[in-house]
Amino acid sequence: MAILLAIPILGLMVIVQSAIFSQVHLLYGTIDLVLLIVVAWAVQERVTTAWHWGIIAGLLVSLATAVPAYAVIPAYVVVTGMSIYMRRIFWQRPLLAMISATLLATLLVQAITVAALLISGTQIPLIEAFYLITLPSALLNLLLAVPVYALIGDLANWLYPEAIEI
Amino acid sequence: MNLPRSFQTIVLAILVIGILLLALGGYLTPISRVAFSPFISTQTWLASRFLAIRDFMTAPRDVARLSQLNDQYEAEIARLQSQIIELQQQNSELEVLSALLDFARTHAENEYITAAVIGRDVSPFLHYIIINRGSDDGLRRGMPVVSSQGLVGRVAAVTADGARVQLITDPGTAINVRIQPSGAEGSLAGSITGDITVESIPQDAAIQTGDLVLTSGLGGNFPPDMLIGQVSGVRQRPVELFQTANIEPVVDFSQLEIVLVIVNFRPVNIGPLIPTAAPP
Repeated sequence: MAILLAIPILGLMVIVQSAIFSQVHLLYGTIDLVLLIVVAWAVQERVTTAWHWGIIAGLLVSLATAVPAYAVIPAYVVVTGMSIYMRRIFWQRPLLAMISATLLATLLVQAITVAALLISGTQIPLIEAFYLITLPSALLNLLLAVPVYALIGDLANWLYPEAIEI
Repeated sequence: MNLPRSFQTIVLAILVIGILLLALGGYLTPISRVAFSPFISTQTWLASRFLAIRDFMTAPRDVARLSQLNDQYEAEIARLQSQIIELQQQNSELEVLSALLDFARTHAENEYITAAVIGRDVSPFLHYIIINRGSDDGLRRGMPVVSSQGLVGRVAAVTADGARVQLITDPGTAINVRIQPSGAEGSLAGSITGDITVESIPQDAAIQTGDLVLTSGLGGNFPPDMLIGQVSGVRQRPVELFQTANIEPVVDFSQLEIVLVIVNFRPVNIGPLIPTAAPP
């Protein structure tokens, strides 16, 4: 059920990201809604399908971007693993896990993207990219991290209800 | 003292006539004011109370009716406002289409397909747009994309119903251009910020602010003489082999809504013609 839900939810988010959020800029940085959802899903305590969501997100995003797919899909898988690791480190402090995972995930995805673009021959000035794109994107993602965490938390509680001992 | 009855009648008549004459002459006004004042005050009080009670009894019905009317008028206003917005949008689209039609008429040698911009690349490092026409409409990879102002980019990837267009501002762009009127040639490059520059311009070329930048057609990726922008600044250093020009594009890429794809242009693949190192 949770895996089946990933496709429409993440698909819709990719569309919203492409049609709306990619035009909302802070300097040259943008919000990565799909990344936020993958991170928020992975840091939920009872969720067992985080890896599936990460792979589906990578596949869907690779359809909507010119960044090579060999970079996008591994980037989202790495982000999922990192978010699960953060959940274990910040056990019983899920909000802290979400915020730290969002920051690291933004840096990771953008680093992998830049590396892939450099390999494919695109000229990217690294320092300029860091100040004009990566830092503003991280700030925008951090601003949205808490509301996205709350929404995804509700979804996770609905799909994975807490077991009650009788 | 018994006065005759007729005398009493005459005195009474004279008295009445006298009072009437005094009243008509206005001499009784102060007296009448004093006399009628309590009556008027009483009647005013009574009338105001009556009107208050009547309003109280009939007001709920009026409020309900007025509220209903208010709702109707608000609904009407909302409908008219949405109609105005719709008409403004249609007008805006009409202006864009009219400009595109003018452009197509002035470049009659090309065949065009109009496409709406439905999205942008999700990566902030790249400058691509997504359009709602694909291979089913005859689009192929490499076809140039223009707007009524000038060159927008070229089709980079195609699906059945959509296509991804690489804008000329993308950092991966490399287009051979010519600067007019000097005729100097160079290579146009985009950047992550969307600024475009022409590089590899020979040092002896006389480039000035305001010069036009057009596609040269070299390399076979774009048709020649497509307007790109104007020179907004020149960077020339004697120690360098080439000079660089900053370009102000004629197309406002943040406002792109509808574009034209030139479908009768086929890019030439010159890869096989480029000499490679001979095997030993």
